[in-house]
Amino acid sequence: MLSGFVVALVTMAYFGLLFAVARWGDARADAGRSIITANVYSLSLAVYCTSWTFFGSVGRATSGGLSFLTIYLGPTLMLMCVGVVIKMIRIAKAQRITSIADFIAARYGKSQQLAGLVTVIAVIGIVPYIALQLKAVAAGLDMVFGQSEHSVRLLGMDSTLLVAGVLALFTILFGTRHLDATERHEGMVAAIAVESVVKLLAFLAVGVFVTYGIYDGFGDLFSRVAGHPEFARLLDPDSARSGNWMALLVLSGFAILFLPRQFQIIVVENVDESHLKRAVWLFPLYLLLINLFVLPLALAGLIHFPAGTTDPDSFVLSLPLAHGADALVLFAFIGGLSAATGMVIVETIALSTMICNDLAMPLLLRSTWLKRRKAADLSGVLIAIRRTAIVGILLLGYVYFRAAGEAYALVGIGLISFAAVAQFAPAMFGGMYWKQGTRAGALAGLLAGFSVWAYTLLLPSFARSGWMDGSFVEVGLFGIGWLKAQALFGLAGLDEISHCLWWSLLANLGAYVAVSLATTPDAVELAQAERFVDVFRQTERLPGAHLWRGKASLDEVVELLKRFLGPARAQQQLIHYARLRGLDDWRRLPPDAAFVHFAESELAAAIGSASARLIVANATREEDLGLDEVLDILDEASQVRAYSRELETKQRALEAATGELRAANERLRELDRMKDDFISTVTHELRTPLTSIRAFSELLYDDPRLALAERQRFLGIIVGETERLTRLINQILDLAKMESGRAEWTTSEVDVGAVVRDAMETLGQLFRDKGVRLDAEIAESLPPVQADRDRLMQVVVNLLSNAVKFVAADSGVVRVAVGEADGALRVTVADNGPGLTPAECSQVFEKFRQGGNTMTDKPQGTGLGLPISRQIVEYFGGKLWVESAPTAGATFIFTVPLPAPEA
Amino acid sequence: MRRGSRSRQRLGALALCGLPLLGFPILGLAQGEWLGWPAGFVYLFAVWAGLIGLAAWIAEGRGR
Amino acid sequence: MKKILIVDDEPNIVISLEFLMKKEGFEVAVAADGDEALSRAAAFSPDLILLDVMMPKKSGFEVCEALRADPAQAALKIVMLTAKGRDTEVARGLAIGADAYVTKPFSTKDLVVRVKELLGLA
Repeated sequence: MLSGFVVALVTMAYFGLLFAVARWGDARADAGRSIITANVYSLSLAVYCTSWTFFGSVGRATSGGLSFLTIYLGPTLMLMCVGVVIKMIRIAKAQRITSIADFIAARYGKSQQLAGLVTVIAVIGIVPYIALQLKAVAAGLDMVFGQSEHSVRLLGMDSTLLVAGVLALFTILFGTRHLDATERHEGMVAAIAVESVVKLLAFLAVGVFVTYGIYDGFGDLFSRVAGHPEFARLLDPDSARSGNWMALLVLSGFAILFLPRQFQIIVVENVDESHLKRAVWLFPLYLLLINLFVLPLALAGLIHFPAGTTDPDSFVLSLPLAHGADALVLFAFIGGLSAATGMVIVETIALSTMICNDLAMPLLLRSTWLKRRKAADLSGVLIAIRRTAIVGILLLGYVYFRAAGEAYALVGIGLISFAAVAQFAPAMFGGMYWKQGTRAGALAGLLAGFSVWAYTLLLPSFARSGWMDGSFVEVGLFGIGWLKAQALFGLAGLDEISHCLWWSLLANLGAYVAVSLATTPDAVELAQAERFVDVFRQTERLPGAHLWRGKASLDEVVELLKRFLGPARAQQQLIHYARLRGLDDWRRLPPDAAFVHFAESELAAAIGSASARLIVANATREEDLGLDEVLDILDEASQVRAYSRELETKQRALEAATGELRAANERLRELDRMKDDFISTVTHELRTPLTSIRAFSELLYDDPRLALAERQRFLGIIVGETERLTRLINQILDLAKMESGRAEWTTSEVDVGAVVRDAMETLGQLFRDKGVRLDAEIAESLPPVQADRDRLMQVVVNLLSNAVKFVAADSGVVRVAVGEADGALRVTVADNGPGLTPAECSQVFEKFRQGGNTMTDKPQGTGLGLPISRQIVEYFGGKLWVESAPTAGATFIFTVPLPAPEA
Repeated sequence: MRRGSRSRQRLGALALCGLPLLGFPILGLAQGEWLGWPAGFVYLFAVWAGLIGLAAWIAEGRGR
Repeated sequence: MKKILIVDDEPNIVISLEFLMKKEGFEVAVAADGDEALSRAAAFSPDLILLDVMMPKKSGFEVCEALRADPAQAALKIVMLTAKGRDTEVARGLAIGADAYVTKPFSTKDLVVRVKELLGLA
């Protein structure tokens, strides 16, 4: 028999060791040298194996045979869906998620109601599970001291309350030493990993001792069972219970992700996604090992102890105890204690974070108490709330243990909790993969599933322990048969867990999908849905792309950070952030959207996304309201803001569209006016030659005795005007074709020098007639250009004929030059005519604007030559312009780009 | 990244294969004794260990 | 003998009008733009002016307004000639005091008839 002193000493030493590991882990984390490796992460996942596994699996195996394995096969399969887990981790990191309540609330528009509801469900659902740990440890304690149940007493407390007290103290020391409770707890994770090793070794030690020490291995035990036909059924998978089997696979698969402590360890405490690669096989291997000896222990216990004399849940201790292996009993007790404390620590830390952020904070933000403590540092308050929550949760566990625990075996209680957290599945999976899922849908689904769970599982557990009237289980609520709590709508033949799971998930999923489809999400929900579902597509979130708009003052936001994070930590984060943005001094940070986003995510890490959003949104309004005034406005405010932002965006879009329409209309009107002017001008230009033609024709017609010379002169004018008319019509058509892009171009290699020489030859007679000198300076061996030869010819002829038109007869000089400059060929036609004013320099390229004022030459021009020339040159990528000043002559220049050199 | 997502898909497929293997009705085939040991016990642990081995092979440096 | 001033920037139109009016027995002077038209009108003091609208320097409208503002030219008959046939321009020409408005191309016979009418010779 072990002495109380030795047990207490070893227990204290073990706790001390864990504490040292945790301190060391925290210190290393603070120094930036994390001790969380892939192996540590994988082992810490084994917090899944609680005292329920350690003691309860054997108990369950004595009644359910192999079905205890489902609780470990489900997680094995679920963890292999690595994509799902990585997505959760990625989202949680991007959104600074602190808990599963935070996750669901953030997804559905950072909703406080939802965060609160999830927290309530989690607390109510998990309390039985905590009770289970207390019960197991207390039972173990009594067993080790060889005393009757619950008779270990200290200061008037029974052993269970004592255990609860010690665990509360231990958890507080572990999890809430400082507000880094907000961030990760690397020390705690390391300690959990150590505990995982201890409980595995302890269980294996007991298993080996019993299987190989007391008996002669697996084969011996299995053959002994042959002599006990009443136990033989435990060894065969029972097809009649296949529905239960599948239900338990599903249930445990959900539990590995959605139990608050599992979410904490797998998602929140994950430091590196790649650790999952190890966890995906190492954690299942751990599960396999810890289950290897469960069946042999169960069989050994059943064979060794006469039926009904010993609680199967305590075989792990009672078998070595019965064989006098005291040291092994102590080791097994420490293993069981490890299993229980690991679970309680992580679970209560996770739950206390949820209670603090999602229940207490919203209340606190509304209270007058906070306003009075206006400038105070609130990080201390946050820690106090969490510590209170830890004590509260353990007390609740104790109360439940008192109320209902005695009536259930360990596994039964654990499964009640599993079924509760399974209610998160539709909102979680829907939230990660279905953008249409809405806040209202999530609320409806959770409420429906939770209600069915409470009616079919939680309340019957109270009824069974005589805590309340059990008639609703026996005959149905109000005596209505199909309302029997554990045979809803007559669905009998399942065990209570499967029955609850199928009905609650049906109600949950149905309500979630139906309500989601019937409601429209608001802007924040939509944005969050986008961020969650498409998290892999957003390699980096754009801080500017937020639903935040308003005025923030740096001081005000910094004040918030100091209040909720504590001054030291706030300062540290600000310095880090300023450095990221390339600033030496955080005081010079601009209070822009990116900064506000940074502040919000820092606060979210401390107090959850819903509360953080509320505080930031209110502290950064355009109106200069104080924090306390603004806190009253609360949820409605963020709703209204989301709507008004949406409205504003739409209004801006509308204004932009109106502006565009107005501009388009203006352009159209301008085009219409130009077309009108053009037609009017064309009419004028056509009528002018027609006037001469008609007038002279009539004169000739009316006066047959007209002198021959006169007659010849008039006919000459008529012919000339007809030619002018023809030319005009051709050019108008030409221009119209070019402008509408329907002109035909034949592009080939063109020697520009040759073109210029041809043009000079064509017009040579014109120059000689007027006595105008024509000089040419054409560079040798110019590279060819890609152009239409005839069109280029048209341009040169036009420029030359303009020049000869405007220079004085006999003294006029026109100089033509062709050269290469800036990757283009350059043709200049310079004359010594009257020149152009700066205004005329641009006017000459307008249609029907003719330069000069020479009555004599007018009939030759149509006023379209230069506009057409410019169109042609621009078509080939060149430019046509004029350099001139009055009395200084005019120089027309055009370029044709050379083809780009082959790369 | 591409490799990562491919091994993710392989693991997901493994989970999908594991579900029917570890449940009824296939599980119901493991009745009686295999080499003196209970068939259900041997079958479950063998399939489980097989899945773990495959997962380790896929996740940890297959072909690295 | 009645005197007619012909104002147009199109040389061929001037030639045809000059020939036409001389044949009808009028004394004719010509001008090629608005400014020249005003100086010629002052020096030549015509009984009627054939005035083109679209001209360099001063448009026909401007010339018309200037002439109407000059009391010395109160008896002057003004016939506007235009290649732009828009109703608004006809109305404008008449509103500023033109006596007639003829669109190009015109019938020589009709023009002669109008001119004679205005000069009270018909």
